[in-house]
Amino acid sequence: MSLLAILAPVLLLVIVLAFVTYAILFERKVIGWMQNRIGPNRVGPWGMLQTVADVFKLLIKEDVIPEKADRALFKLAPAIAFVPAFAVLAVIPFTETWKFTDFAVGLLYYMAVSSITIIGIMVGGWASNNKYALLGGMRSAAQMISYEIPLVMSVVGIIMTTGSLNLNDIVHSQKHVWFIFPQIIGFLVFLIAAVSELNRTPFDLPEAESELVAGYHVEYTGFRFAFFMLAEYVYVFAMASLTTVLYLGGWNAPFGLTIIPPIIWFILKFLLVVFFLFWLRATMPRIRVDQLMQFAWKVLLPLAIFNIFLTAVLKEVPGIGHFY
Amino acid sequence: MLRTEEMLLNVGPQHPSTHGVLRLIVKIDGEMIVDAEPVIGYLHRGTEKLAEDLNYTQIIPYTDRMDYLSAMTNNYAIVHATEQLMGLEIPERAEYLRVIVMELNRIASHLVWMGTYLLDVGAMSPFLYAFRDREEILNLFNELCGARITYNYMRVGGVKWDAPPGWIEKVGTFVEYMKKQMRDYHALITGNEIFISRTKGVGVYSKELAIQYGLSGANLRVTGIDWDLRKKQPYSIYSRFEFDVPTGKTGDLYDKYLCRMNEVVESLKIIEQAVNQFPEGGSIMGKVPRVLRVPEGEIYVGIESPRGELGCHIVSKGKDKPWRLKFRRPSFYNLQILPVLLKGENISNLVAILGGIDIVLGEVDC
Amino acid sequence: MSHEEQNEKELLKEEKELQPEPSADAKTEKKEGEENNPVKAEPGESDAPVTAKPGLPPKSSVPRAPRAAGAGKARPAAGARPRPAAKKAEKKPEEPSPLQPQLDRFLRLLKDRLGEGAVKEAYINRAGSHIPTLVVDKEHWLSLAQLLKEEESFQFDYLRLLSGVDYETHMEVVYQFYSFAHGHQIAVRVKTGRDEAKVPSVSHLWKAADWNEREAYDLLGIHFENHPNLRRILMPDDWVGHPLRKDYEPLDKEV
Repeated sequence: MSLLAILAPVLLLVIVLAFVTYAILFERKVIGWMQNRIGPNRVGPWGMLQTVADVFKLLIKEDVIPEKADRALFKLAPAIAFVPAFAVLAVIPFTETWKFTDFAVGLLYYMAVSSITIIGIMVGGWASNNKYALLGGMRSAAQMISYEIPLVMSVVGIIMTTGSLNLNDIVHSQKHVWFIFPQIIGFLVFLIAAVSELNRTPFDLPEAESELVAGYHVEYTGFRFAFFMLAEYVYVFAMASLTTVLYLGGWNAPFGLTIIPPIIWFILKFLLVVFFLFWLRATMPRIRVDQLMQFAWKVLLPLAIFNIFLTAVLKEVPGIGHFY
Repeated sequence: MLRTEEMLLNVGPQHPSTHGVLRLIVKIDGEMIVDAEPVIGYLHRGTEKLAEDLNYTQIIPYTDRMDYLSAMTNNYAIVHATEQLMGLEIPERAEYLRVIVMELNRIASHLVWMGTYLLDVGAMSPFLYAFRDREEILNLFNELCGARITYNYMRVGGVKWDAPPGWIEKVGTFVEYMKKQMRDYHALITGNEIFISRTKGVGVYSKELAIQYGLSGANLRVTGIDWDLRKKQPYSIYSRFEFDVPTGKTGDLYDKYLCRMNEVVESLKIIEQAVNQFPEGGSIMGKVPRVLRVPEGEIYVGIESPRGELGCHIVSKGKDKPWRLKFRRPSFYNLQILPVLLKGENISNLVAILGGIDIVLGEVDC
Repeated sequence: MSHEEQNEKELLKEEKELQPEPSADAKTEKKEGEENNPVKAEPGESDAPVTAKPGLPPKSSVPRAPRAAGAGKARPAAGARPRPAAKKAEKKPEEPSPLQPQLDRFLRLLKDRLGEGAVKEAYINRAGSHIPTLVVDKEHWLSLAQLLKEEESFQFDYLRLLSGVDYETHMEVVYQFYSFAHGHQIAVRVKTGRDEAKVPSVSHLWKAADWNEREAYDLLGIHFENHPNLRRILMPDDWVGHPLRKDYEPLDKEV
């Protein structure tokens, strides 16, 4: 038991790293196809080893720390950003049996721990002693704090229906109807807020290339930079998993197709979410920083609150009440 | 009261959105721009100085490097000014070739603008689509004159190369293809909610301000002034073609985008007519003495480049080299208004407004 | 063979070729005739009274044959460009430019408002698009500029060109204005001495002049008085000399 308790996280880390490796390749390939390009195809067959080569390059690069940077914080920041990204995976149930904890407040844990990353990004931006990095860090903090509120609010509907913060219970209660249908407003708010939390297009302001060059990690090179990138993609993994668990029925098979193992269902749904994130990147321009804030506070938050209200009301309506 | 501190942000000369080596010293308060000062000259190659030691034909390749996105119009500016000063007559076929390549180049230039502008506001794909279509134009140029960016195509008195067999038909095919592509662009960009919210009502200036700052091209027309030198002071054979001059209503960035996209459509119209009227056979070079000695005099001619009024001021003392050659570069004039537009905007709008002006640093610095 | 050598050779060849056939091709312009024309512009000394001289175009453009009478300034290149007929035609008095009346009108108004002597010389620049051109001394430039901008019947609100020229005897700043209200155009050549090249700035009247004046200062060393920010713009701040001046010594002559 104790050996498994040690080995399983290591295995998960390996899986996550493999995912990140191929998610990056997948992203580049998908966007490439969408843009009439081929994408990476030089390293390994079909470009399969491209990311491996990229990571290797990052690891052997000189580790540059700007002279006027706050050295201790500069070194600490990538770790602060990465650790929570990995820690949140502890509560995600991949299938009935493949899970790490059966945590009563799993959803709350996810939300709470994931917001620690903001500190890492802000510290990184601040410690770099670079104005672009500082602006990027500030934007990031403002954005992530603003979007965390609609993100949490949007899942309250699910919590009300399930009566639990335990992610296992949430999946179990989606045996018949996935929450995406009764909670469609909540789902849309959640999805938009999630994209924003991930700092992905169209909400990639903290690292907006055309404005802030690279935002908070402009001064980072080598493996420290790799850590930031890793954190970003692990969050893609985590957020796609969470979306699957909350709204797409987790490992539950649709249309009674239980012949296909639950893990496959989970992976399929999960990949759909991941693809959606990459698809957005090829399509959308970047939203402006003030519009971003307005959107969070004036559109998403009221919608999320309305969703809570709606859930509460519909719960009492006979006939459809059992969906809520 | 909350006390905030202004800080200086140095944007460029190496920055992804300054379209070359423009440097902006921006004073910001938070993300709000208090003051901005453009610093130029990083790409100054002294074209005007070099031209004083070159004869008129030798200057042409140097003009390619000014506005490197529409080298054909630059070529034309110098040869047109020289021809006017010498009173040369240009053969029909050369005139048609010139108009076709200039309009193709205008489309290519606007495509690059559109792509990079969308890249500035954060959308990645239109850039690649734009470059795909621009590639078609560059292939046509490649076939015509063997170069893709710096053509060195026009000569005083005509053009250097005749259209290879089948080239004119290919241009016709391209026009049809491009018309279809325009629909795609409108579907992808014009209706995009985020793009609209990024550009509507941003970077607005009045007619008076535009005139005051000597803006030209789409930057002037967007305020509603109908000023296109191809129409107002026609040169070459533009008076033979039917086309409209798109103008804006509100003067914001979205209007600028629409203006330029419509200009592409108008250019396609011109090319279509030119292809249909294209004369069979005939010379491509007028009667020009072997050594161009331009009569003593002074001339200024302005032509409509994709970026605005591209002028050429020649002072000749009757030698084979110009005494003084001055280019009125539209980007140089257009860039001046930037600090006015930036005041009170935030950093995100900085790149949108700067991109909207459509500068080419090779031309600003000359 | 270097470019220059080639050039030299071609020049010689051209000279030889042209000598024995003075009027073989009547349609070719005879540049020889123009070059040998004794009339040379010595603008620094000309104190000609302010009069528009119809039929007597600027000295520098004497050799030019008449252009199409119909070619209005708004349509310079449209229609057929007439060829200078032949050498003989040059001796005939030129037809008055279609824009001569406009220039006369400008001049009358200027004389009324600024008095005699403000405009040193006025002519139609027949090269290209017949642009009415005024030559003024720098002393009168500021008041003239004010008038051109603000006077009801001028309203030259659009600065199309600001260019500096070093004529070795003197310096000139050339302005091209356009009026959106009236659709007319004018060129102004402001003369100044060479050693102390100073011209009043007009950047307060036309904002477009701001950078252009800086450019002219940078490259030609013309000082624009009362310019708010007269610094180098294209060359590095610590550059010595003004490259477009004819007496400028390049760092490396070979380049």
